[in-house]
Amino acid sequence: MKRLLALLLIVTGLASAPLHAGSDLWPNIPKATGKPHPEGNLFWRKNHMKLLVHDRDLTMRKGDRNIRASLKECIQCHAVKDEQGQAVGVDDPRHFCRACHDFAAVKVDCFMCHNSKPEESSQALLDRRLPDTNELAAYLKEAAQ
Amino acid sequence: MKLPALKFSKKPSEMNRRDFLRSGAALATVTIAPGVTLMAFGGKEASANADPGKRWGLLIDVNKCSKDCSACVSACSQENGWKLPENPETDAQWIRKVDLTDNATGREVSLVAMCQHCEEPPCVDVCPTGASFKRDDGIVLVDKHICIGCRYCMMACPYKARSFIHENIVDEQKTWAPRGKGTVESCTLCVHRVDAGGTPACVEACTATGNGAMIFGDLKDPESEISKALAKYPSTALRDDLGLNPGVRYQNL
Ligand code: HEC
Ligand code: HEC
Repeated sequence: MKRLLALLLIVTGLASAPLHAGSDLWPNIPKATGKPHPEGNLFWRKNHMKLLVHDRDLTMRKGDRNIRASLKECIQCHAVKDEQGQAVGVDDPRHFCRACHDFAAVKVDCFMCHNSKPEESSQALLDRRLPDTNELAAYLKEAAQ
Repeated sequence: MKLPALKFSKKPSEMNRRDFLRSGAALATVTIAPGVTLMAFGGKEASANADPGKRWGLLIDVNKCSKDCSACVSACSQENGWKLPENPETDAQWIRKVDLTDNATGREVSLVAMCQHCEEPPCVDVCPTGASFKRDDGIVLVDKHICIGCRYCMMACPYKARSFIHENIVDEQKTWAPRGKGTVESCTLCVHRVDAGGTPACVEACTATGNGAMIFGDLKDPESEISKALAKYPSTALRDDLGLNPGVRYQNL
């Protein structure tokens, strides 16, 4: 039992520590700007493809522009700059959407039609997207009552 | 301190449609503190912009469309990121100028033609994958995610309004107008602008030249400028005989 507990501790410890930083066993995922996803990185690693496909149909078919998983917005927060300070395109292996995909041998066709670089004026979008901590705090207060 | 753990109410594969209503946010239940779970950020109510109570249309006054003006065409090309055609047979043309002469009277007119956003679009009828579709507000589009490039729609369209992309396009697209090799495309009525409450780029450019040959608006709203103009003056649809009831109409043709 003790051993099992120790094992569990190690495993959970590993999972929460950045064991992957600078390791060959893990893709080198570029840092993003803007607010992180409230659902967390793990969730997004695992589910981004479902979210993207789901929300793309909302926009395409229903004209719903108030979606969360917008490729255009991914590209903005997750832009990787090159030496000249310009955002790299998906032809560059440093591009965010290639970091894991190259590693895991995934091939997406998004960029046959979509621009893989952000628009020039994207700061507004970065600021707009997620509810802030005040909103969260207000909710928690309400829930506590 | 440990980060708040993510707890899923159900596995994504067991989700039903309602659970899946809004991405991410609706999927995750975040445990903030013991005993307090937060159905994270439900998002605003679905705000589908394609409103079935509307039908977007254009009215083009041929008398006001001048022969040597192509402001609408360049505006469209700039807005949507397609190059003005070098080879009109194969290059993209979302909108084009057409000069007509009446053989009997010698009257010459110039007009613009683009996707006519038919109520009964033949392109949608023939599409084998469902990529060609009409939105609830009457805008006819190609869903390039499922377009297989068969080009039946191009053959079915009586207005020659669609084109096929033959070349690779790399990072030249506008972010609001994705386009890529192997898919069919046509005028979107600047759906990205319309959804934001705006006017198509061609209409804006036409108004800016002072010609004022194009009016954009909601055909179902009797108070809109376009409906009023249609109610007051005669107009016609291109190939009206086909009964497709286009959303684009012409005056003084
Ligand atoms: C508002 C800015 C913003 C937007 C928009 C955004 N992200 Fe993120 N994303 C972040 C931040 C910040 C992080 C945390 C990154 C970090 O730790 O460096 C992150 C993390 C991720 C991760 C996990 C990365 C890792 O290290 O495991 C994935 C995957 C991801 N995002 C995918 C997407 C996708 C796909 C989209 C588009 C649907 C998107 N993101 C849109 C800001 C954003
Ligand atoms: C944290 C690593 C990671 C990042 C960053 C990442 N992906 Fe992925 N993505 C994956 C993995 C792994 C898969 C394959 C999952 C599977 O097949 O089960 C995948 C699959 C996909 C798929 C589905 C592919 C298919 O053929 O089904 C799409 C679409 C996708 N990713 C889009 C994106 C986009 C767009 C970006 C950039 C905004 C991105 N991903 C960034 C890891 C990542």
